[in-house]
Amino acid sequence: MNDNTAKNLALSHMWVAFIAFILACFMGEYQVLERSGLFEILSSPTVYFASVSTHGVLMAFVLTTFFIMGFGYYTASTSLKVPVWNKQLAWGGFSLALLGTVLAAIPLLTGFASVMYTFYPPIQAAFVFYLGATLLIVGSWVWCGIMIVMFLQWKQENPGKTIPLAMFATTMNALLWLWTSAGVALESLFLIVPWSLGWTDTIDVGMARTLFAWTLHPIVYFWLLPAYTAFYVFVPKQAGSFLFSDELARAAFIVLVVFSLPIGFHHLYMDPEQAKGWKMLHGVGTFVVAIPTFMTGFTVIASLEIAGRLRGGKGLFGWIGSLPWTNTMVLSVILSLLMLIFGGWGGLVNASYAMNAMIHNTAWVPGHFHLIFAGTTVIMYFAIAYYLWPILTKKPLYSNNLALVQLWTWFIGMSIMTTPWHVLGLLGQPRRISSVVYNNLMTLSWKPYELLMILGGLVLLGSACLFIYLLVKTQFNATTEVFEGQVEYAEPLHAVKDLPEYLNDIKLWNKVIAVFMAISFGIPILQFFFLDTYDSSAWGY
Amino acid sequence: MHIDPLEKKWAQIVLAICALFVGIIMIDALFHGVNAPSNVETIDSAKLHLSEEFAEDNLGVQVDANGDITVRMVAGRYSFFPKKIAVPAETKLTFRWVSIDVLHGVHIPMTNMSTMIVPGFVAQIETSFPKPGNYPVLCNEYCGLGHDHMWSKIDVVEKDQWIAPQISSTGVKE
Repeated sequence: MNDNTAKNLALSHMWVAFIAFILACFMGEYQVLERSGLFEILSSPTVYFASVSTHGVLMAFVLTTFFIMGFGYYTASTSLKVPVWNKQLAWGGFSLALLGTVLAAIPLLTGFASVMYTFYPPIQAAFVFYLGATLLIVGSWVWCGIMIVMFLQWKQENPGKTIPLAMFATTMNALLWLWTSAGVALESLFLIVPWSLGWTDTIDVGMARTLFAWTLHPIVYFWLLPAYTAFYVFVPKQAGSFLFSDELARAAFIVLVVFSLPIGFHHLYMDPEQAKGWKMLHGVGTFVVAIPTFMTGFTVIASLEIAGRLRGGKGLFGWIGSLPWTNTMVLSVILSLLMLIFGGWGGLVNASYAMNAMIHNTAWVPGHFHLIFAGTTVIMYFAIAYYLWPILTKKPLYSNNLALVQLWTWFIGMSIMTTPWHVLGLLGQPRRISSVVYNNLMTLSWKPYELLMILGGLVLLGSACLFIYLLVKTQFNATTEVFEGQVEYAEPLHAVKDLPEYLNDIKLWNKVIAVFMAISFGIPILQFFFLDTYDSSAWGY
Repeated sequence: MHIDPLEKKWAQIVLAICALFVGIIMIDALFHGVNAPSNVETIDSAKLHLSEEFAEDNLGVQVDANGDITVRMVAGRYSFFPKKIAVPAETKLTFRWVSIDVLHGVHIPMTNMSTMIVPGFVAQIETSFPKPGNYPVLCNEYCGLGHDHMWSKIDVVEKDQWIAPQISSTGVKE
């Protein structure tokens, strides 16, 4: 088994992810400073919006996609105990995605793509930006293909056997991403690219928004699934326990993937181009997709409780204190779940159809997704990195204590930053403004919260720098000490037997997704061909 | 396949929680008419000045023969036009928003007067404001480098002190 290929793929992808991450962290702190208006010299909408656009692209597209690909190659190879299929193709996908990232970065950093990472037309960016973003996605499709081929090959060679949970989750995520990215790919191919090249004069804004909404919700589950994978396959073992239920973990991944796709219209609740019946249908689906998250919380906490009791914890809550809090994976999952509880309830507010009017596009929204993405999800990316870096580099983690400090400060910083952000939204502050110039007394009440956010951002930036420092120090440590550990996947409490085929395969779910997508997006997309729509010409910014 | 009895119980509780939330939302939507703005009505945003409804003279607050109040507003970089309007409190208002250029969003803080304004579409909302006061009208979707400066004003006045704007036979407000 060519183990080095998987290791090199994992390290290369994750380094791209984390370099993008640290650059974007500096931009984030600059943005809270700029917006506060404390420093006159920083004030510049041109720089601010270029920065916000770059920060969004780096965090939402580059950090996530590269991390997920790297993690996926390593998970597939180690859980199936086979080399990565077609390594030339894998490196080809990496190069394509990296080329796309660099191409997109040029107009972003020079102010020719200040259109935000959501790039809503009819504001138009330079063509190179859309080309770069498209290449990044195409590169990630290579990864999806390799994951699915490895899954199917293993199934063929091991008839009747249960595919390891880690691989099942990873392949479901690959399937999810193929379906998810199809929406934005259609938008890019048929609407944005021809329009940005000047081949078409106008663009159908309603259809563009509908196709983007197709991608906009499941993409966050694409980012979240590696975190959930770590919850299920790493955490129980690291806590010294067993996975409470392997079967329900599979069921949770299936419901997450199947129901995260046909519900994108909760991003369009406030839009005039879709009718209320479709919005309600997607709204119900949005609550269905909350179910597997509730189940995940249960399974993970049950696994942790077993760990705490095995370690001598007694009483209703005594087991919490006896958990191994100094294990980075265990600490991360506790902090991640705490942020998931608050962020999840905030998400239920967003999901609540007409109630969404109170917070739609206010500061509440970035507050929410920072808590649940940069908090819940990214803290698990850290935990995975701390777990894998010694295995990938064969060198011990530079300092476990500093890693614990880093995780705690990330949690504290995220709490300090996102709490006032949510409050600002409730006080009416719109998202994506570079300064507060509304001639209204109400805006005075925003000031203390903006100042608090600067502090939160500073703590987060310090924490992010410490994270990168620890990875560099671990990998390039001159020590002669060799780390011999290997990846250990959690064992289920009850051995898996008589697993029904629908919990062991992706083909059925692919068909179910196709039907759901046809139902929930078919007519809403087709309507634009029958409605008397008026397309929009291109606008600068 | 093994499913723990505790898991089954928890699954039932979770289903009940989600059903409760969906139930409340559906009762509000279907029986109390609390809906998101969704009228799917198209308009040519490039020719608003030639349209009867959104020609400049017809913008703002209008009361029709039945006493129903409609507020017609145009969003364009960087303001909402007319820039200042007055409406009565505790009265049903129908807002109709259109964009003259790019994508905008509008929100009057502390109220549910919120909608996206998508070029090519009319966004219609019915609401009423319970509390009198001077509210800002804020753009909440990034619309260009001047996005921060996109706002206007709305005065919500006591119902009995509000005076309906008069519109002459030529359609010009006096």
